[in-house]
Amino acid sequence: MAATTETVEQVRAVTEQKYKYGFTTDIESDVAPKGLNEDIVRFISAKKEEPEWLLEWRLKAFRAWLEMEEPRHWAKLSYPPIDFQDAHYYAAPKMKDRPKSLDEVDPELLKTYEKLGIPLREQEILAGVEGAEGKSPAIAVDAVFDSVSVATTFKAKLEEMGIIFCAISEAVHKCPELVQKYLGSVVPYTDNFYATLNCAVFTDGSFVYIPKGVRCPMELSTYFRINQANTGQFERTLIIADEGSYVSYLEGCTAPQRDENQLHAAVVELVALDDAQIKYSTVQNWYPGNADGVGGIYNFVTKRGACRGRNSKISWTQVETGSAITWKYPSCILQGDNSVGEFYSVAITNNFQQADTGTKMIHIGKNTRSTIVSKGISAGRAQQTYRGLVKILPKAEGARNHTQCDSLLIGDQCGAHTVPYIENRNRTARVEHEATTAKISEDQLFYCRQRGLSEEDAVSLIVNGFCKEVLKELPMEFAVEAQKLVGISLEGSVG
Amino acid sequence: MATTTLTKAPRGYDPAAATPFLEQFDRVRDGLPGGGLSWLNDLRAQGRARFAELGLPTVKNESWRYTNLRALDKLAFQPAAGTGEAVRFDVLPTVRADGATGPRLVFVDGRFRAELSSTAGLPAGVELLNLADALTRKPDLVAEHLGRIAAPDDQTLVALNTAFLADGPVLHVPRGVTVEETIELVFVSVGSEAQPTAFHPRGLIVAEADSRAVIVEHHVGLGSCTTLSNGVTEVFVGAGASVHHYKVQREHTDSFHLSHTAAKVAGKGVYDNFILTIGAKLSRNEVNSVLDGEEGDTHVSGAYMVRGGQHVDTTTFIDHAKPCCTSREVYKGVIDDQARAVFQGKIIVRPNAQKTDGYQQNRALLLSDTAEIDAKPELEIYADDVKCSHGATVGELDDDQLFYLRARGIDKDTARGLLIGAFLSEALEEIAEESVRDAFQSYVANWQNAR
Repeated sequence: MAATTETVEQVRAVTEQKYKYGFTTDIESDVAPKGLNEDIVRFISAKKEEPEWLLEWRLKAFRAWLEMEEPRHWAKLSYPPIDFQDAHYYAAPKMKDRPKSLDEVDPELLKTYEKLGIPLREQEILAGVEGAEGKSPAIAVDAVFDSVSVATTFKAKLEEMGIIFCAISEAVHKCPELVQKYLGSVVPYTDNFYATLNCAVFTDGSFVYIPKGVRCPMELSTYFRINQANTGQFERTLIIADEGSYVSYLEGCTAPQRDENQLHAAVVELVALDDAQIKYSTVQNWYPGNADGVGGIYNFVTKRGACRGRNSKISWTQVETGSAITWKYPSCILQGDNSVGEFYSVAITNNFQQADTGTKMIHIGKNTRSTIVSKGISAGRAQQTYRGLVKILPKAEGARNHTQCDSLLIGDQCGAHTVPYIENRNRTARVEHEATTAKISEDQLFYCRQRGLSEEDAVSLIVNGFCKEVLKELPMEFAVEAQKLVGISLEGSVG
Repeated sequence: MATTTLTKAPRGYDPAAATPFLEQFDRVRDGLPGGGLSWLNDLRAQGRARFAELGLPTVKNESWRYTNLRALDKLAFQPAAGTGEAVRFDVLPTVRADGATGPRLVFVDGRFRAELSSTAGLPAGVELLNLADALTRKPDLVAEHLGRIAAPDDQTLVALNTAFLADGPVLHVPRGVTVEETIELVFVSVGSEAQPTAFHPRGLIVAEADSRAVIVEHHVGLGSCTTLSNGVTEVFVGAGASVHHYKVQREHTDSFHLSHTAAKVAGKGVYDNFILTIGAKLSRNEVNSVLDGEEGDTHVSGAYMVRGGQHVDTTTFIDHAKPCCTSREVYKGVIDDQARAVFQGKIIVRPNAQKTDGYQQNRALLLSDTAEIDAKPELEIYADDVKCSHGATVGELDDDQLFYLRARGIDKDTARGLLIGAFLSEALEEIAEESVRDAFQSYVANWQNAR
């Protein structure tokens, strides 16, 4: 009994722990007036010097959005109404001449990086210091500082191989035919309320194209930062893996502490052609609000991948620890025969956080396979829901799915919910779903304690073990950060 | 645009679909039994008002996303006409092997048939009678329980049933009494050649503390007239009491069978429900069991076998409202031809319902290329010291198992039959009463033989 009480106490202690990355950087920015109308859409498009077709597409989306209803009835989330007119839809850091060294970089920006623990060399790259590229071969970073890519790096190296990795606003000019062909092809502009809003007002994001037969030699990475006060973030990411190619993409987020809730509605589209593979990993630790549930990010994200080609594979891995509200269902449309979809997720909610997250696996092609592993940890007064769909269409001969959803509850004031949907219209398909809910067992704690581990280490060990199946799917560069985050979210006072 | 629009008409309902039913209600209202009881008139009025407001659910309603009732809209159902006395029976279904008649109530198109019913073999103090009579003979018992756990406000079809409620079985088992004989409730749908017929049987089972009863419901059809049975049964399980409630639905495939069973289980009580679905064009069984006292136990299980254009929907809701309760749910189904099966099973564990142990399993076999299964098992948990799990699998017969049998010289059809039988038997194992299990097994075998 004492162990349980202490576990609960530890979690309560974390509640009071300050959000490590909570700070605001003050950089002059070019901000659009508050509110949303066709003029704002035109303003954004003009700022980006976009071609006519893209503006038209944005306007179509905006008009569709006006007709749409905010989806508030089905997700297990509760939050005050969002005033979509009370936000800025565009904010860009002022682009000056490129700095020669870090000394010339805005010190505010450097402080941000320092607090994030970004290595100096990487800071140079992020800040766009001349000649910084090539010094650090580990990761290519496309930093999204607020809405505009401050720096895109490693370009030279990637360009040699024909890989395009740049801001999507740049790609619109650089390879318009690719953008026009694939933008909105996985998440159409009529998809859902938040995605449609994103289509109308997206400011920037990353674009990746991996040519035929190329294996991207490094992990591609973006640091998302929400920085400008009251700036809704509307990232748009598009990744295309051409035949026989491979890419691993990392997305990581930290956000400054602020009392006002911030809206974030990103769209990520992935396209994998024949024999191509995309691995998309996310660590999300945006500001979750304080211990009383004040503030925090509202995260309404549409992520979807299309396995268009035969033998293609898309794998989503996510570690979700931040945000006040998370509404996110990274999905796979398995069109190509023998294509594979994977979803590995760890979601941790604490205090007053709410998360409604899961995946959709749509099996269309023959012998398509999907795996879903979801680990949810709920503590404090948080509410967490796994919501997933496995759909087998009549032509998906021999399709397979295995789903495992486990929830761990810490404390008696939180909730953990599981809502899977299984729709099978093919006799030869096999779908398996398993879900369990439990708390950290006295036996497990006792076993660890008996072997000389402290209470804190024991809890840490058990929670880590609970998530291991998912954490091992993360690329090494991310695994460390993810473990730290699990620590911040739950074990901060433990270790 | 700044804020979301406020709710207008209730989402996921078609209020217009209520009109034909309401017109009928206004015609038959004065003839309904118990018209002199003001509380009953109020309850019916409440049901009518709620149904008028909502109408029938549509597929936009989360709970009805896989079952479309639009077919009901097109048929102008009329209340059963006449007294049903004209319908003669050579034999009525029973789980009794010896052919003897035990305690049973028979309803034809929702109306009680006293001459076919019997209360023989019941211990003293046990009341088994029809609702229309109970309203005059046992008004207090009915008033105390009717509409208490299946309230018209909760569910539109319950509201519809409540508006029309006229007859159905009533069972009262006093404190400490064990009913040894299995009580059988027989519902026969006959209908009319002239028009589709609707009836709304309303059942009430009250088992006082430490009592015990075994109840078997038979739902069968005669002829092939279109009928709609929209039944509601409320089951009160007292402290330490146990109610075993089994049901087999074998109506013909032009009928619609909608059923809502709501049970409330007091401390250390046991409510055991099993439903075998074989018939009806469209059927939906909703079973709600609320564990309302510590150490209560509920089993909600079933099996279904559908073919042709049949549609079977099983929707269960287990509510762990108090600590230290257990629930177990095992559903298995076989779907052939263009048939479609739906399973929705929700378990909720309320705050402070610690030491809950909940288990749910749902498995389906697809036998044809055009069959479909939609499953939605759901856990909603607000307490931490709980053990809850659910599992769902769908697929076809195991090739390895088929091969094993074929290798031993068993032909393909026989081998498939054996495997399907074994698959369904696992669900039937959940039935604790042997005589009931055996009878249900034979229904499964008959279905198989018809393949």
